[in-house]
Amino acid sequence: MFAYIIKRLLYAVPIALAVTLVAFLLVHIAPGDALNAIAPADAPAETIAALKAAYGLDRPLPVQYGLWLGRALQGDLGASIASGRSVTSEVMVAVGNTLSLAGVAAVIGVLAGCVLGGIAGYRHGGWVDRIATFISVIGVSVPHYWLGLVLTIVFSISLGWLPAMGAGPEGGWFLDGAHLPYIVLPALTMAVVPMGILTRTVRAVVVDILAQDFVQALRAKGLGNRRIFRHVAKNAAPTVLAVAGLQLGYLMGGSILIETVFAWPGTGFLLNTAIFQRDLPLLQGTLLVLCLFFVLLNLLVDIAQPFIDPRMRRT
Amino acid sequence: MSLALDAGSTPATLPAQRSRGYWSRVLRRLSRDPVTLACAAILLLILLAAVFAPLIAPADPFKGSMIKRLQPIGAEGFLLGTDELGRDMLTRLIYGGRQSLLMGVLPVVLAFGIGTSIGVIAGYVGGRVNMVIMRTLDVFYAFPSVLLAVAISGALGAGLNNCLLALTLVFVPQVTRVAESVTTQVRQLDYIEAARMSGAGPWMIVREQVLGNVLGPVFVYSTGLISVCMILASGLSFLGLGVKPPEPEWGLMLNTLRPAIFQNPLVAALPGAMIFITSICFNLLADGIRSAMDIRS
Repeated sequence: MFAYIIKRLLYAVPIALAVTLVAFLLVHIAPGDALNAIAPADAPAETIAALKAAYGLDRPLPVQYGLWLGRALQGDLGASIASGRSVTSEVMVAVGNTLSLAGVAAVIGVLAGCVLGGIAGYRHGGWVDRIATFISVIGVSVPHYWLGLVLTIVFSISLGWLPAMGAGPEGGWFLDGAHLPYIVLPALTMAVVPMGILTRTVRAVVVDILAQDFVQALRAKGLGNRRIFRHVAKNAAPTVLAVAGLQLGYLMGGSILIETVFAWPGTGFLLNTAIFQRDLPLLQGTLLVLCLFFVLLNLLVDIAQPFIDPRMRRT
Repeated sequence: MSLALDAGSTPATLPAQRSRGYWSRVLRRLSRDPVTLACAAILLLILLAAVFAPLIAPADPFKGSMIKRLQPIGAEGFLLGTDELGRDMLTRLIYGGRQSLLMGVLPVVLAFGIGTSIGVIAGYVGGRVNMVIMRTLDVFYAFPSVLLAVAISGALGAGLNNCLLALTLVFVPQVTRVAESVTTQVRQLDYIEAARMSGAGPWMIVREQVLGNVLGPVFVYSTGLISVCMILASGLSFLGLGVKPPEPEWGLMLNTLRPAIFQNPLVAALPGAMIFITSICFNLLADGIRSAMDIRS
């Protein structure tokens, strides 16, 4: 098992490096000049050259990458071209807000998906199964940014129960009474997709397990439904964990749409600003942090597998 | 004895059986599935409406009237109301299907072609080639798909072509992975060995023996991607990274109508409802095709 964990850890290193390269290059395939955001179109050539030198944009690409990576490893992602502020601190604040939102959404979505999928799997073929399956199809088919608008229309504009925008006072989200109402709508909207995916997965896994011989044997042995459920849950856990674990990463990466709808001050909001102001350091930094988070999450899910699935410990 | 008789009688019944080949069985099972048929019918309707938009749309999709902005659903002369610039919503929804369907389907078709080619090569050649290809794709797997699409189209700039390119790049690794794993499984089967022994070259084997087994699963997988692609594509337009205004496109319409949710929420929600209907139909259709093509069930 230790060999597996070491192997998996070593494998994550080149992937993480390649991700930094892609995040760096993606921004450099962008057409137009990186300095458009701050330099006026009629700026004299010397000014532009001086600015380029200041931001290190006059050096060859591999050198720029090396310097950027070196500084990024020390936690310095440069300064935002548009605002002049440190990218690291802006990204860290935004990541906190996005992580709160995605975390709450992932918990809601995964729990709802497990319950729905579990019931559907047990009642395979019945009307409960059909309803659960239908809900899951809606979950994976609904454009969640539109659902967010619809929920805003219903619960904020018509009923006036919940705030429509922002993360609450002081711009950031914390777990307290004043901030709690702000997360309800965005988190529910975001939770719809993982709920749909989890319902599908759990249902398929449960149906599969219940059809196996050992369940028949347990029944024949006289075990009650509750004890059998424990066996089913144990067998379903590795697959469900693998799917559920990655949902948090997908939610964080995909939060840009929900954050735009609800004006949530997270990484999606930052990405949006960076893209439309052509703020390269900010775009690179945000991309990098989000992707490395996803790589790390993948790694954690893989490492957790042998702890949950005893069959994997032997290899 | 009866077994031998049956075996002996097969050549006579072969023509009758051939008409009930795999595909006709799939079609027959599809025709008995009301949900799938209904979804196919709705999609066909939306597609036809989009193709023949100039003939059936009641108004000009670009011409608006400043005094008739945000008319409610059912207003006189505007069946589904008007948008924030006073343009007829029904017309724009019909025209919007053109770009929205194109952006939802074309990237998946392209990814199907490219991904299958790369996947079959990687799976059939195996060894170092496989390792290089699959490890390179792993890097793209390290990006959540929405983030990758947003990053690519954000870097390239808004526009239909950049958006199509970004979406295709998002789906190629996923299709490739499925194609590669199926090819790797098929390659080890005895009849491939037999074909090789009989002197068939690699190109011949891939074309005659491998592709027939790989295309089915990859096709089923790809149909499931269309709904994801629709939502992603409209999402990019919603962010302002896809189609540019004043083009009618559902995601972009949802974006430009957002401020109107206070005055006229029903009209503002219409473009999103179109995306929802189309994507749920694609999803259910994909599910139907999957179960119809799965002979074991």
